[in-house]
Amino acid sequence: MDTAESSSTSKKIQVHRYKPDDNPDKHFLNEETGLWSWLTTVDHKKIGIMFLSAVTFFFFIGGIMALLVRTELWTPAKTFIEANTYNQIFTLHGAIMVFLFLVPAVPAALGNFILPLQLGAKDVAFPRLNLLSFYLYLTGAFVAVFAILNGGIDTGWTFYTPYSSTTGGAVTTMVFGVFIIGFSSILTGVNFITTIHKMRAPGLTWDKLSLFSWSLYATSIIQILATPVLAITLALLGMERILGIGIFDPAMGGDPVLFQHFFWFYSHPAVYIMIVPGFGVVSEVITTFSRKHIFGYWAIALSSLAIAFISFLVWGHHMFVSGQASLASMVFSFLTFLVGIPTGIKMFNWTATLYKGSIDLKSPLLYIFGFFFLFLVGGLTGIVLASIALDVHLHDTYYVVAHFHFVMVGGMVMALLAGVHYWWPKITGRMYNEIMAKIACGIIFVGFNVTFLPQFVMGSQGMPRRYFNYIEQFQPFHQVSTIGSYILGLGFLMVFYYLVKSLFTGKKATANPWGSRALEWQINTLPPLHNFHHIPVIINGPYDYHKPMEEFQLGLAESTDGHGQESDLEITSDGKEINAE
Amino acid sequence: MADHSSSTTHSRFFQHHFVDADQQFATAKLGMWIFLVTEILMFGGLFAAYIVFRLWYPDLFTQASTELNTFWGGVNTVVLIGSSLTVAMAIKSAQLNQKKNIAINLGITLALAAVFMVIKYFEWTHKFELGIFPGQFYDFGGIEHEKANVFFSLYYLMTGLHGIHVLVGMGLMGWLLWRSLNNHFNSEYYTPIEITGLYWHLVDIIWIFLFPLFYLIE
Repeated sequence: MDTAESSSTSKKIQVHRYKPDDNPDKHFLNEETGLWSWLTTVDHKKIGIMFLSAVTFFFFIGGIMALLVRTELWTPAKTFIEANTYNQIFTLHGAIMVFLFLVPAVPAALGNFILPLQLGAKDVAFPRLNLLSFYLYLTGAFVAVFAILNGGIDTGWTFYTPYSSTTGGAVTTMVFGVFIIGFSSILTGVNFITTIHKMRAPGLTWDKLSLFSWSLYATSIIQILATPVLAITLALLGMERILGIGIFDPAMGGDPVLFQHFFWFYSHPAVYIMIVPGFGVVSEVITTFSRKHIFGYWAIALSSLAIAFISFLVWGHHMFVSGQASLASMVFSFLTFLVGIPTGIKMFNWTATLYKGSIDLKSPLLYIFGFFFLFLVGGLTGIVLASIALDVHLHDTYYVVAHFHFVMVGGMVMALLAGVHYWWPKITGRMYNEIMAKIACGIIFVGFNVTFLPQFVMGSQGMPRRYFNYIEQFQPFHQVSTIGSYILGLGFLMVFYYLVKSLFTGKKATANPWGSRALEWQINTLPPLHNFHHIPVIINGPYDYHKPMEEFQLGLAESTDGHGQESDLEITSDGKEINAE
Repeated sequence: MADHSSSTTHSRFFQHHFVDADQQFATAKLGMWIFLVTEILMFGGLFAAYIVFRLWYPDLFTQASTELNTFWGGVNTVVLIGSSLTVAMAIKSAQLNQKKNIAINLGITLALAAVFMVIKYFEWTHKFELGIFPGQFYDFGGIEHEKANVFFSLYYLMTGLHGIHVLVGMGLMGWLLWRSLNNHFNSEYYTPIEITGLYWHLVDIIWIFLFPLFYLIE
């Protein structure tokens, strides 16, 4: 039945208040148990947890690679590993962090768990594709590991031709692995867009959609539009190596700059795949902990879409010195500046949300404050790099490395950590040690700045990225940076320690420990297998902190197997009848 | 599943996380449309490469195109358009609850797709006999252009990727045929036919672009 049929007459319906349980007997973790139930689950919550475990694992692998790189750069010449090994390690660091950690981290891990809860849905639109997405991710990761063990790769994560089409090693295998991971990403994107369009609970109109969902929507649009281009690019690169098709190899009449166009047509939007979901986390956390309606709801929601749109028009800024037409460079430079507008809109709106809020400085919010400072630096240095004349000087130096890490680690990882801390009680049913969380946040913030601020300086003085040897004048910067990376690593280990510890000894979490108005907090902790025992009825937006909690705990009674018939009903607020308990 | 709803009984293929069968149908359809967007972007990369090389070597494309057999390409175009018609007829049969016609139309679609692939097979093997291989294996003296291999690399890549899509489509059609023979489809539930039909039309449309771009250059 379509809702359109019923719009003529609005029936009065009984809407009850259902207070969520703090410690329900049955929840998604104990209704189905055993390893097999995890491996074959189509439950978005379990898939989300599996993704979270997998991305955490690869984050640590990539992190170890980063520490090896930093340790090797302690001295200007060889410190402890060979130059060729060094090349392979920094390639792995980049490829693992980008394809196996950053891209799936927020959407596939947190998004999978939270999105259906925020929509009032029992699951994502295509649960089996969701599971397939996880296995494609794992398969791609195994193929990538296989490539590492069988020759390795030394091209950097960008796989630039003609070097990548002629160098030895297992580039073809690695590219095939990334190709498979790309499909995982595409499936997540298709699934989320469809879910947001079709699976929203009664009453949940677009203007009541949470900003995390909006950001996942924007991210998914980028995923479905950009990732297929990466797929075909990598397929062409593979064919170049196997058949010598000569599309990219200038020796055979091909065009290496065409590869760069293709690659960055994906990979520039891809950096927004990595950061935009982080923006969504920021919006959620900032309202919850300032007890205040988000400032500029539509501005934040639409600026995510604006970023998604502009992201497709800026790829040429990676190729200012690659021989593209100077007119093209000017246009791309100008368009790149435009990215600053929606991003700035977000920053100002978040800050305005804090203004006169009753701020509760819990650890998730502390991570968000870290995000603000680091992401601001990352964003503004992006504007610097988008200026053609400056970029000619800064191109391929540590300045670019520092900029990218300020956005990706300072922005994305901080937002991810904020999200993990924020939703940890809902996901695991446990509270972590708040004091340790704040200390770890401080250590990460300090360690991060010690690592990457010196890289801005040495980059602007001309230290090229990816070099094994460097001239001695840069040694102090490199050593400070290396020390910082150890501090940063320590901070991440600490987070890992207290989060895992909380699983065993942590205090049991209540259903809504932060007093949030968002829908995912109005259900039991831990959530039921099918999310909602009672079909949620949404009358208020997720940020309406000026309204009492009872108005957010509304639902329609339904038979136990979870089939509602509410779609013929039009829900109006005058039709609701709150039975206070 | 308990029949708690007064108005409709759910099909056995109803999935519990949907509210009703209409939502399930609309969701599947939207998902397939979004997937088709990704397909267009993926082929888009190859079409972009085609544009670049055609602009660089316009003579090559007109010369090398003569090596392709326009007649059999044209036959294949008619075959694919015909299969798009039959898959549409399968959907119509499902809507009209003509269960036998669903299977017949799906069977014809599958057969036409097979005809397409057989013709494609003979086209490719004929070129291999002449020494027209992709990339560095290219070994054919009939075209006076030093980059002749690039044209055929693109030809093999684009028709090859399209051919893979036809094979996937044949697999899907076979699966649908099996399901329709097992009486899975009726006017209440024919979602898989509908969305496979969407996919098949896309495969058809891509060929409609490939055919003139390679075979009909003057």
